[in-house]
Amino acid sequence: MCGIIGMLNKDGKRIDGSSIKKGLSLMNERGNGQGAGYAAYGIYPEFKDHYALHVFLDNMKEAKFNVEQEIERWGYIVYSEEIPTTDKGIFEDEKIPYRYFFKPDPRKLLGRDYNEKDAIVEMVMRINSQKNGALVFSSGKNMGIFKASGWPNDVAEFYKINQYKGYMWLGHNRYPTNTPGWWGGAHPFGLLDWGVVHNGEITSYGTNKRYVESFGYNCSMLTDTEVVTYLFDLLVRKHKLPLRLAGMALAPMFWKDIERMPEQKRQLHAALRLTYSSAAMNGPFAIVVANTCGFVALTDRIKLRPLVIGKKGKAVYVSSEEAAIRAMEPLLDSIYSPPAGDPIVHQLEVQTL
Amino acid sequence: MKIKKYPNKQDSITIDAKNKTYRELNSEIRTAADQDICHITLQNVLGQRFIADGIKKEGIYLSVFGIAGGDLGVFMDGPIIYVNGNAEHAPGNTMSGGKIIIDGDAGDCVGHSMRGGMIFVKGNAGYRVGIHMKQFKDNYPTIVIGGSAQSFLGEYMAGGIIVILNIDKPSSIGDYIGTGMHGGTIYIAGDVPDYKLGVATVKEEFIDEDRVLVEKLVDEYNAYFNKKVDFDAITFTKIKPISLRPFSNMYTTE
Repeated sequence: MCGIIGMLNKDGKRIDGSSIKKGLSLMNERGNGQGAGYAAYGIYPEFKDHYALHVFLDNMKEAKFNVEQEIERWGYIVYSEEIPTTDKGIFEDEKIPYRYFFKPDPRKLLGRDYNEKDAIVEMVMRINSQKNGALVFSSGKNMGIFKASGWPNDVAEFYKINQYKGYMWLGHNRYPTNTPGWWGGAHPFGLLDWGVVHNGEITSYGTNKRYVESFGYNCSMLTDTEVVTYLFDLLVRKHKLPLRLAGMALAPMFWKDIERMPEQKRQLHAALRLTYSSAAMNGPFAIVVANTCGFVALTDRIKLRPLVIGKKGKAVYVSSEEAAIRAMEPLLDSIYSPPAGDPIVHQLEVQTL
Repeated sequence: MKIKKYPNKQDSITIDAKNKTYRELNSEIRTAADQDICHITLQNVLGQRFIADGIKKEGIYLSVFGIAGGDLGVFMDGPIIYVNGNAEHAPGNTMSGGKIIIDGDAGDCVGHSMRGGMIFVKGNAGYRVGIHMKQFKDNYPTIVIGGSAQSFLGEYMAGGIIVILNIDKPSSIGDYIGTGMHGGTIYIAGDVPDYKLGVATVKEEFIDEDRVLVEKLVDEYNAYFNKKVDFDAITFTKIKPISLRPFSNMYTTE
């Protein structure tokens, strides 16, 4: 189960969150009220050069102190506040969503073999693995993740997402099966500007987790989707694979299909399979992975989870169900289900936002 | 579209599905069916699931405008459903009788575990069409897809008939056709390369008996969707399971 949805305005036009909420809420049957969330890109233009850290705090004393102490080891906070919410007291085990706009300080990184983004990853991993009452769940520039343990509509109203304007939105409605439903386990998952929503399960989680851990990532959120985020960060940001190739590496072609390919293509796919055998994901899944430039949507190789793509002018929609897309845009130019395992990439057509 | 009319029953009703949950909508449909209202029109359907689930009654004609949600006509036995739009996953799930006619495309698992009745899809269908469908005595589930179907067509199929007409895109059929199949027949328009066949399936000769059966289904398809598919111009590939009991040697009784 689980419902996923996403939309991108390729021309960079920003819209508020009411539309994605409508689409996601239509798929309520795909969730059970144990987790929902949204990722929005382009929402913090006034802080677009700062990393927006969204953090769940257990309390406003030690937890806040601990996390700020850690952040200030890496740079400086230019602005911080509690994320505005409408607390209706509907959620269990409520956390305090807090945000920091932060800039790494090159002087504090001196002597360490880090570039800026590596530093952010290291900082997030440290905070999240130290069990200090704080969890960073979003750490990109000019984007933010809003999630909680609840129904899509309630979570959207809690975070007032109709007050944010983004050129790209992701949404997720969770039906936890193998792991607990909790605030940190709700989707989307994020690291830097990555946002990941996922329907299904990664049965190769153990192998994938060991693989990313050997590159310094820590899995701390008790759910398989987290590892997808780190795999994309590794393959795209560090190994510089284009999004589509990264998708192909994670859901590789079967050998029987590779053998029938023309020589050049065969070599490429064989190389991807051999190089990234520990990154390949098994099990039923449909995922949408976004970064600042756009998104890639991907299903497992034998299509055990649904995925539909719709287009209208410069807008692209992706979802588990056609009806959810039509709830957002009834008059589409086209709609189709991509073949299993075929990564579908859509990116912004404008450079500056 | 030619659908048998029921001249003795004149009643009809229109239900607006806008902003209704599938429970609300289905309870209204069931109430209408209980009152022997034979023409039920559903307007503004947007993804509501289980439409007409479990209705066991002949002579009811449902017209759906919009996007029919998952498991359309699940467990139903008798009604005729016509969808003016696309259907999501598993239309006809475990249905025993009646017809589902989709004037559009359908999602994955069309006719999942179907036990009887017929499904016609004007356009394309997704993965695993006819998975687990089964025949019993006179109950012969039948699926006709006008466009193409993705992989795992007729997976674990134990009976019934699937016809793929491949109208717009010849040879775009997926692979693993009939994986785990041990009953029933799949007819695909055009040639199917051997590598696309699942294990334990075999191509058989398209004989006169098949011709009679498939021609009738093509005629029916043409009638529903106002198409002109020329049966005589198509060469069909017929796919059957190698054995009706593929696992008989796997277990011993004693």
